[in-house]
Amino acid sequence: MKLLVPVKRVVDYNVKVRVKADGSGVETAGVKMSMNPFDEIAVEEAVRLKEKGAATEIVAVSIGVQQCQETLRTALAMGADRAVLVLTEESPEPLAVAKLLRALVDREQPGMVIMGKQAIDDDMNATGQMLAGLLGWAQGTFASKVELSDGVATVTREVDGGLETVALTLPAIITADLRLNEPRYASLPNIMKARKKPLETIAPGDLGVDVTPRLTTLRVAEPPVRQSGVKVGSVAELVAKLRAEAKVI
Amino acid sequence: MQTYQAPLRDMRFNLYELHGLDALTALPAFADLNADTIDSVLEEAAKIATEVLLPLNASGDIEGCVAENGVVRTPRGFREAYATFRDGGWASVAGDPDYGGQGLPESVNTLVQEMMCAGNLSFSLYPGLTYGAVKALAAHGSPELRDLYLPKMIEGIWSGTMCLTESHCGTDLGLLRTRAVPEEDGSYRLNGAKIFISAGEHDLTENIVHLVLARLPDAPAGIKGISLFLVPKFLPREDGTPGERNGVACTGIEHKMGLKASATCQIAFDDAKGWLVGAPHKGMQGMFTMMNEERLGVGIQGLGIASVAYQSAAAYAKDRLQGRSLAGARRPDLAADPIIVHPDVRRMLMTMRTSAEGCRAVGLWVSQAVDLSRHAETEAARTAAADFVALMTPVVKALFTDLGFEAASLGIQVYGGHGYIREHGVEQFARDARIAMLYEGTNGIQALDLVGRKMPAHMGRSLRYFFHPVSEFIEANRKDPGVGGMVEHLERAFGALQLATGQIAQSGLKDPEEAGAAATDYLRLLGLVAMGYMFVRSAKVAHAKVSDAGPDAGFYKAKLGSAQFFIDRILPQATALFLAIKSGKQSTMALEDAAF
Ligand SMILES: Cc1cc2nc3c(=O)[nH]c(=O)nc-3n(C[C@H](O)[C@H](O)[C@H](O)COP(=O)(O)OP(=O)(O)OC[C@H]3O[C@@H](n4cnc5c(N)ncnc54)[C@H](O)[C@@H]3O)c2cc1C
Repeated sequence: MKLLVPVKRVVDYNVKVRVKADGSGVETAGVKMSMNPFDEIAVEEAVRLKEKGAATEIVAVSIGVQQCQETLRTALAMGADRAVLVLTEESPEPLAVAKLLRALVDREQPGMVIMGKQAIDDDMNATGQMLAGLLGWAQGTFASKVELSDGVATVTREVDGGLETVALTLPAIITADLRLNEPRYASLPNIMKARKKPLETIAPGDLGVDVTPRLTTLRVAEPPVRQSGVKVGSVAELVAKLRAEAKVI
Repeated sequence: MQTYQAPLRDMRFNLYELHGLDALTALPAFADLNADTIDSVLEEAAKIATEVLLPLNASGDIEGCVAENGVVRTPRGFREAYATFRDGGWASVAGDPDYGGQGLPESVNTLVQEMMCAGNLSFSLYPGLTYGAVKALAAHGSPELRDLYLPKMIEGIWSGTMCLTESHCGTDLGLLRTRAVPEEDGSYRLNGAKIFISAGEHDLTENIVHLVLARLPDAPAGIKGISLFLVPKFLPREDGTPGERNGVACTGIEHKMGLKASATCQIAFDDAKGWLVGAPHKGMQGMFTMMNEERLGVGIQGLGIASVAYQSAAAYAKDRLQGRSLAGARRPDLAADPIIVHPDVRRMLMTMRTSAEGCRAVGLWVSQAVDLSRHAETEAARTAAADFVALMTPVVKALFTDLGFEAASLGIQVYGGHGYIREHGVEQFARDARIAMLYEGTNGIQALDLVGRKMPAHMGRSLRYFFHPVSEFIEANRKDPGVGGMVEHLERAFGALQLATGQIAQSGLKDPEEAGAAATDYLRLLGLVAMGYMFVRSAKVAHAKVSDAGPDAGFYKAKLGSAQFFIDRILPQATALFLAIKSGKQSTMALEDAAF
C-alpha cells in the first residue's frame, strides 16, 4: 500500500511569532522555519507502518514556496521514499490545499493519507476533514493510535470526553494528534541519502486547481497585553467586583 | 538557566560567507557536497544537542557516575542519549567512509562538535575519545587491527580511550612505567596502572578499546622507549563479537570539580592482552596523531562552553531587573531596568560573545586546513595545510579553553550571586570548562609546544602560513572604506606579534628559559591576532552585505558590532602582552626557590 503524507513548512515552534509592522500577517522573513510538528508525527507514523511491512511506499507532498523543498528533504531523511512539491507563491487556504491533495490522490492512488491534525501557524484544523469530504473517504482525525488489518484501519481518536475508537474501511484519511508517536531524529546517513531521493516539482495548474485565495485578511494584530490583576481581600469583595466591575455575575 | 540554541546563522556565516565552501567542494573528496546538505546536517545536530543532550547536562552533573566493583554507571538518561547519538550516525561525522563513516569535512564536524559540547560537555567525551582513537588506529594500526576494530569504533558500538597518565607521570611521559612483554602469538602482555583515564569504564558501549602507552623490555630509557598498544576490554572472537574478558579493570573513579558525568577512571592492567600499534618504541608518534586531533577537539570544548555560557547570561541579563540605566530609565513601566542596560554587564556579555564568535571563526579556519591537509590534490598543498594545522593546534587548544573558562566565569558574574547558586546551572559551566585547560597537555605545555616546537619548525615556515595571509590582508585593506579603521588596529597588534616573535626567536635561541617565560603570553598574543584577523575579515563581508540584506541585516549589523568591540576593547591587549614579553624572564625567575 502506498501512503501519501502532506507536510507543511511553518514558523518553527521555538520562534516567538511577531506581527508584521503593517498588520498584514506575521513576520516570516529571516525566521527559522521547520516542518509542522503534527506533520512530523504523520511522517513518523507512515515510516513505522512501512517498517512493519504494512506499507510499501511513502510519498511526501508539500504545497508552497521553493523552500518547502527543505521540508520535503526532512521527510525524506526521516524515511519517505519520494517527494512532490506543488510550487506556488500563494499561501493556499485549506480548501485549495484539500483540492490539490485530492488531485494528487487521484494521480498517486494511495491507500491512506496520513497528515497532521492542524498546522501550528494558523491552527485551522480543516484540511484533513475537507480532503475526506472531497474524496468521500472515511476519516480518523486526532489519531493517537492506528492499527491496520485486512483493509481496515482501527483509529483511536482523542476527543473532548476521552478516547473514541473508530474502524475505517480503506482508503481513508488519518490526521495525527500529539500522542500518536514521538518522531525520530533523522540519522546522518539518511540525511545524506535524502539528497539523492526523487523530488518532483509541479504547478497547481498541472493539477487543474485554482489556488487563488477566497478569503481576505483584514488585519493581523497581537492579542492585547494582559493587564496586571488586583489582589482581593475577601470572597465578598471578589463577588462584589465580579458583579460591579467585571459584570459577569 | 542553562539556555542554548545552536548558533546556526553564525555557523553558516563562517562556513559559507567567511571561509567559503569553494575550497572544499574543489576537492574530489567533497565534490558532491553542497550547502543544503550541510544545513540539514547542522540542523539535525542542533536538535540532538538541544533536545537530547542539554536536558541531561544539569542532571548528569548532580548525579555523576557511580563505580561499584569495577562497573561504572553513567547518569540517568545517558545510555538512551548515547543510543540516539550513535544510531543517528553522529559518532562518525567525519569518519572514513571505507569503514562506515560519513566522510563529511572536518569543518562541518567541528561545528557539530561545538553544539554537542555546548549541550553536554561530559557526554561529548565518550564519543570524542573514540574519535581520537580511531584516528590513531587508522594512521598507525596494522590492517588486521584496523579491519577488526575500526568499523565498530566508527559506528560507536565500541568506544575508545587514551591511556597515558600514571600517578607519577602526567606531562613528562618519559617517566612512564607500564610494561609490555611480547608473547609467542605476536601479541603482548601488559602490566601497570593508569590514572585519570576518561571513559576508561562505562555502560554506554559493548566494548572499550584502550590505546595504551607502555614500555617493551628492550626499551631505551625516557620518551624514546615508549610504544603504543591496543588493549580491548573484551577480546574479540573470530567473528568480531566481544568474547573473553581481558585483564583490564577499573579500580575506581575520581571525584572531581566538574565534568562529573564523564567517568575519569583508574585502570589496572593485569596481564592484559594487547597488540602493538605502529613500530616498537615509536608510540609517541601514534599518540601524537591522536593527541593532535584531540587537542583541536578540546579547543572546541572551550568554544562550546563559551557559547552556552554566553547565551545563558544574555537571556538572564534581559530578564533580571536591577537598578536604572545611567542614561535614564529605560523601562519606567517596571520596578527597575533589566541589567542588560548597564555598561559593565554589556562589557561582560560582549566579551563572552566575541570569544565565542572569534573562536568559531578561527576554529573553522583551522579545521578547513585539516580538510585540505587530508584531501588536497597535491602533496605541496597537503603539506602546507598540515604545517598550518600543526602551528595552530596548541593555539586552538589553549586559547579556546582559556577563553571558554573566562566566559563561564563572566557568565556567573552576570548572574551575580545567583550565578554561584547551583540551581541556575551556570556555575556548572565554569566547573566543567576548567578541565579543558588541563588535559591533553596543560595550556602551559601548549604554549611551550608553540614557541619551542611549532614556531621554529622548518625554519619558521609554519609561521609564515599565518603571517603571510594576515599581512597581505592588511596591505590590501588598509584603505578599505568599510573596515580600514579596523585594519589599522589589526596592523598594530600584528606589529606587536611580529616584534614578540623576533624577540623570542633571538633570546630563546640563546636561553630557552626566555622562551619558556614568554610562551603563555605569546600564545595569547598570537591567538588575539588570529581572532582580530577573523573579525576584520568578517566585518568586511558583513559591511558589503548589510545594506541590502533585508531581514538578515540584523545579523550583519550585529557581526559588525562584535568585530568593532573586539577590535576596540580586546585586541589592544596585544600591546600589553608584547610589553610583558619584552621585559624578558628576569623578574619571573629572580626569586630563590626558598622564597616561595
Ligand atoms: C578529568 C581528567 C581527565 C583526564 N583524562 C585523561 C585521559 O583520558 N587519558 C590520559 O592519559 N590522561 C588524562 N588526564 C590526565 C591529564 O592529561 C594530565 O593531568 C595532564 O596532562 C597534566 O599532568 P599532571 O596532572 O601529572 O600534571 P603535571 O605534569 O604534574 O603538571 C603540573 C604543572 O606543572 C606544569 N609543567 C609540568 N611540566 C612542565 C614543563 N616541562 N614545563 C613547564 N611546565 C610544566 C604543568 O603545566 C602544570 O601546570 C585527565 C585528567 C583529568 C583531571
